[in-house]
Amino acid sequence: MKRSKRFEVLDERPVNQDGFIQEWPEVGLIAMENPNDPKPSIQIKDGKVCELDGKKREDFDMIDQFIADYYIDPTVAEEAMAISDQAAAKMLCDVNCPRETIVRLVKGFTPAKVVAIFNQMNVVEMMMALQKMRARKTPSNQCHITNVADNPVLIAADGAEAAFRGFDEMETTVGVVRYAPFNALALQVGGQVGRGGVLIQCALEEATELLLGMRGITAYAETISVYGTEQVFTDGDDTPWSKAFLASAYASRGLKMRFTSGTGSEVQMGYAEGKSMLYLEIRCIMLTKGAGVQGLQNGSISCIGVPAAVPSGIRAVLAENLFTTMADLEVASGNDQTFSHSPIRRCARTMMQFLPGTDFIFSGYSGVPNYDNMFAGSNFDVDDYDDYLVLQRDLMVDGGLRPVTEEEVIAIRNKAARALQAVFKELGFPEITEEEVEAATYAHGSKDMPHRNVVEDLKAAQDMLKRGITGVDVVRALAKNGFTDVAENVLGMLRQRVSGDYLHTSSIVDKDFNVISAVNDRNDYQGPGTGYRLNKERWDEIKNIGSALSPDYFDRGKGC
Amino acid sequence: MQISEEMIREIALQVIKEMEHADAPQEAAKAARLVFKEVGVAPKHTNNDEVVIAICPAFGVYQDATITGVLHVEVLRELIAGVEEEGLKARVIRVLKTSDVAFAAHDAAKLSGSGIGIGIQSRGTTVIHQKDLAPLSNLELFPQAPLLTLETYRAIGKNAAKYAKGEHPNPVPVQNDQMARPKYQAIAAVLHIKETEHVKPGTKSVELSVSFK
Repeated sequence: MKRSKRFEVLDERPVNQDGFIQEWPEVGLIAMENPNDPKPSIQIKDGKVCELDGKKREDFDMIDQFIADYYIDPTVAEEAMAISDQAAAKMLCDVNCPRETIVRLVKGFTPAKVVAIFNQMNVVEMMMALQKMRARKTPSNQCHITNVADNPVLIAADGAEAAFRGFDEMETTVGVVRYAPFNALALQVGGQVGRGGVLIQCALEEATELLLGMRGITAYAETISVYGTEQVFTDGDDTPWSKAFLASAYASRGLKMRFTSGTGSEVQMGYAEGKSMLYLEIRCIMLTKGAGVQGLQNGSISCIGVPAAVPSGIRAVLAENLFTTMADLEVASGNDQTFSHSPIRRCARTMMQFLPGTDFIFSGYSGVPNYDNMFAGSNFDVDDYDDYLVLQRDLMVDGGLRPVTEEEVIAIRNKAARALQAVFKELGFPEITEEEVEAATYAHGSKDMPHRNVVEDLKAAQDMLKRGITGVDVVRALAKNGFTDVAENVLGMLRQRVSGDYLHTSSIVDKDFNVISAVNDRNDYQGPGTGYRLNKERWDEIKNIGSALSPDYFDRGKGC
Repeated sequence: MQISEEMIREIALQVIKEMEHADAPQEAAKAARLVFKEVGVAPKHTNNDEVVIAICPAFGVYQDATITGVLHVEVLRELIAGVEEEGLKARVIRVLKTSDVAFAAHDAAKLSGSGIGIGIQSRGTTVIHQKDLAPLSNLELFPQAPLLTLETYRAIGKNAAKYAKGEHPNPVPVQNDQMARPKYQAIAAVLHIKETEHVKPGTKSVELSVSFK
């Protein structure tokens, strides 16, 4: 066939690098509205759920059982299930129906009921509901801080810059597992230079992740995964009960934590039992609530390529975020993985959470160039900062970030690198040279950093664990070397562990170490003029992007 | 070595291009065809001069090429050639009880006289395993199937044989392409589902006599 020049151009467009696939409902390769999904039903006998979505108790799998026993509130189930799908959907986007009314009824919904309600809603209605249903009134944002070399100096500088730019939570992970203690330490120190009170985590295998938290090197955890089918759950050697046990281990040590799940994981592993991705994800969310955890990271996460490839997949991802908030859980709403070659698609996908606002719009935004992102790349990275700031300004939306100047960022990065240099020296770790401090101060990414002696670093990182170094040793090292303010901040984080206030739903810690959560910053949205509104101070901050010229600029002798 | 994103992308593109090239004409398929003869339940051997290669349920039977269209016949030939290049024997089995590449590779390692096994899925994902490791651990993992070339498969066979001889080889260099997810993740899911359809739970692995015709 002779090719049309127009089609040839279209073939070259980024969107045509993405993989798309038709639905295959029989195996669960379908986002929503799978004809094979169970029909909503519930039967309560003697205060116990004896039938759930057409299944009798004796036929329950372990996830059904967990949901029936720990999620469903038998006292509201019959009332809630009697509401028609359409009526429930209307309540969700009706500004006159308060959040509390919905939170109460949601405890009586079954997974199939929730899917049936969402099948009635378009994305605008879902966004309206999300604006009302998120637990914390003030929206916020989380970032990733990693690099391919696991260079600790760069992690400290990047952490400081990201905290300074406005992220309230920061997540790191490793290229080489044995580097983990250093990555966590570097992010803790750097983060507290950028802004006191920023929360940090290090995503690792579960036992080490818990250990670093217990030692006060990290402040929270998030990568505790749950799944919507029994087969996938047990393939990971886990059950809902073992995950609940792990959650209580965190709580007992005063550590914030949330679970992780997302549409597409079950079909990706070949065991979706012919159910829609959203149905299985609703089971994960209910299971999380049943386990007593305060929050959940979802929005497909690392499986985003699967829902993104099928029709209405990005709508399903929004629906899963929405249900998390309806279950009165904190939501860290995804947008954290490369999902498309197309800038148009990348942006449209993020608007679903950015416009209504969530507890953490990204989980996370790449606070490093994507080539350094060890979570395999995020939907937005450092090179998108100015686009993001303009989006906030154009739409008068608080996306959690603020404009900064180059001078400020250079200074804060330098201070972070120096603070870590002092801590390393004090604790007897391999030297951080002046050359490294200088490089980290001005770097774009790890390509701009001199190489470290990896073997020595790894030895020292293991030594850090063996010596039982804790947050208190870090505070001491900082204070002794004149970084008193940073020492105060790290100590402030350790104090949170004792008071436990930040275990409340949707907690973040402000620069004065006040906890802001769904308890003292309750979302009271009920239409125009209510809920979160930008105050003058914050709007002035968002407005003043560096590239906006003052009208005075054009006066004679000042500019052109 | 520092690898830039551009470099990775460039390599990935070249690789994909080469694969498409290799895949387009059917000459390769005509030149060599995989013929499997089942010779009963795969036994555990004690001779330490072998590496066992476990192919997943659909490999070469219900599917005939990896996610980027590299023919299974070529892939298997390179894996075997890699092992033989090191002077060892390759024994091929078909795993039926799972489509999980880690468990398939671990099964191969447990049956292997040397304790070293390779597992490979139809879509191309490959693992080198050792019998004393936990199933979800491994010696080397090659998770990004779209970036695996015939040269990589030969190197995987070679490294597996080196482990079997008690050596400590440098891991086979792997590429990382963050845009592999948007392009291939859903297709990978489809291929995995199609493989998993042929899983027979509780069935023992079968020894295969392989010929290239």
